[in-house]
Amino acid sequence: MKKIRIREKYCMGCRLCEIYCAVQHSKSKDLVKAYRGEYPKPVPRILVEEKDYLSFAIQCRHCEDAPCIGACITGAMSRDPKSGAVLCDENKCVGCWMCIMMCPFGVIGRGKEKKVISKCDLCVGEKEPACVKNCPNEALVLEEE
Amino acid sequence: MVKSTPPFGFAIKRDDEKCIRCQACARMCSNDVHAYDAEKDIIVSDSTKCVGCHFCEAICPTSALTVERTQSQYRENFNWTAEVINDIKSQAGSGGVILTGMGCDKPYTNYWDRIVLNASQVTNPSIDPLREPMELKTFIGRKPDRIEMGSPEGPKLETEIPHQLELEAPIMFSAMSYGSISYNACFALARAASDFGTFWNTGEGGLHRDFYRYGPRTIVQVASGRFGVTREYLNTGAAIEIKIGQGAKPGIGGHLPGEKVTEPISETRMIPAGTDALSPAPHHDIYSIEDLRQLIYALKEATRYRKPVGVKIAAVHNVAPISSGIVRAGADFIVIDGMRGGTGAAPKVTRDNVGIPIEIATAVVDSRLREEGIRNQASLVVAGGFRKSSDVIKAIALGADAVYVATSALVAMGCTICQKCYTGKCNWGIATQDPYLTKRLNPEIATRRLKNLLRAWSLEIKEMMGGMGINAIESLRGNREQLRGVGLSEMELKMLGIKSVGEAW
Repeated sequence: MKKIRIREKYCMGCRLCEIYCAVQHSKSKDLVKAYRGEYPKPVPRILVEEKDYLSFAIQCRHCEDAPCIGACITGAMSRDPKSGAVLCDENKCVGCWMCIMMCPFGVIGRGKEKKVISKCDLCVGEKEPACVKNCPNEALVLEEE
Repeated sequence: MVKSTPPFGFAIKRDDEKCIRCQACARMCSNDVHAYDAEKDIIVSDSTKCVGCHFCEAICPTSALTVERTQSQYRENFNWTAEVINDIKSQAGSGGVILTGMGCDKPYTNYWDRIVLNASQVTNPSIDPLREPMELKTFIGRKPDRIEMGSPEGPKLETEIPHQLELEAPIMFSAMSYGSISYNACFALARAASDFGTFWNTGEGGLHRDFYRYGPRTIVQVASGRFGVTREYLNTGAAIEIKIGQGAKPGIGGHLPGEKVTEPISETRMIPAGTDALSPAPHHDIYSIEDLRQLIYALKEATRYRKPVGVKIAAVHNVAPISSGIVRAGADFIVIDGMRGGTGAAPKVTRDNVGIPIEIATAVVDSRLREEGIRNQASLVVAGGFRKSSDVIKAIALGADAVYVATSALVAMGCTICQKCYTGKCNWGIATQDPYLTKRLNPEIATRRLKNLLRAWSLEIKEMMGGMGINAIESLRGNREQLRGVGLSEMELKMLGIKSVGEAW
């Protein structure tokens, strides 16, 4: 499957990936409207980690042996057979946060609007995830694994 | 008295309707112009610190920012311009020399803009470069005085041809040292030159270990500081260039401040980390053409006569006789750097007042070498402010073998010519060694863009050559009949060796 590869040596910490991710998962999908008009403010599903000049953006790694799938008590978390991505069915999620506890990368968050988790869905349906498409320095690339 | 500081030159306009407070500008600006005020939920921009590099504008996701030049409020006049007044104020405060970066920005005549090209009409056919082969291949190096063709079986070249540099197009990347520009910038230049089939130049800062693999496409420089010069270094490059002078600062040495001499740079330059890298103004072993000959031959000996050795000088008043001396000293190519050539740091007064434009220098050097019958002994590479493909083709027609571009290459990598290279705070990650900033230049993107630039200019040159009915750049070299001057004085036309517009062949 195609996965997002992180190239930390080119990440400049501008956090545009976070902004575009949040907008991609907002109601309006418009930068200005999403940030200036929507409440609660859209939350990104990608996070830029920084220490001194090292920075990188991390999102769900869509692990082969995803511990979150095993930990999910309702079967909301599952692997999409077509894309191979680990996705959460928001209708099934009860917000027990077990997946958050289990995730070795700490990339699953709590949704702001509903009591469900929020994680990277590889922007299903899009040609390229929003973070990859909008990274100004190509620090994130979508590659066949 | 009231402290008198020069007014700032830029105003940052923020469209509040569009600003989403993402703070990308605040995070990215190395000059700390933008800051987020959490209490008021606004981003405050301090225009006084802005250098006009436009990085924030480029990074802003909603295009909420515009960096504008502000109009000075002085009662300016023709002599006392805002620049003059500001320079005096700044020097009255600092008591020092005003530093600047990039090339001369004063409005001396740009002769490229006063020269027009010819095209074929009726009496000679033009060529469509998309349908017919066009040749831009260029060879740099000494050409033999005559060639012997022999052998009873058929024509065979019997003369031994000296080592040549083979270029796919007559454009090379000019010298920019590792230290003055970042590792990633050097990397991109090296890779683009290798992929395209031209050459890049190490500048005087030595060659980083990682770039030894690009050696066959590298011109290694030997300058007055002799940084990083070893036998291995000399033998790794495809050619050697002795740097005597630089167009932006003729007669002046270099000074890389200690804070830029990081661990890898200290290793490459072979000087202690954190110490200033000083290039003396002259080579202390070269005080005459005879001395220069000794260095040229020392370098040829060191490389077993396998590499062309060139000499780079700044275009100054005596450029033609000096060039003649350089050729007679044994150089295989001469590089002339005109006054619009760039630099990482130079005194502003030198940059703006010393040297001559490259157009005139190209013409007089080519003419002089032809008159003396030694033009074949060395190739002529010209540099200094080549902005577009038409500048390149005009230089070739004036008599150059190839041109060096550096500022244009930097612009392709993001540079906006803000002239603040000497501060080491380049937001684009080019003229800096700050690890926060250098990683902003992804060499993969930069390589792609440099290759695109070379390709685009090559296509345009072919297009213009086709219009003239010429299918090989060799036929255009020194072909000044293809050029005509517009609005130039008789003396200028004489110096350029071209006719005025309206004069037929």
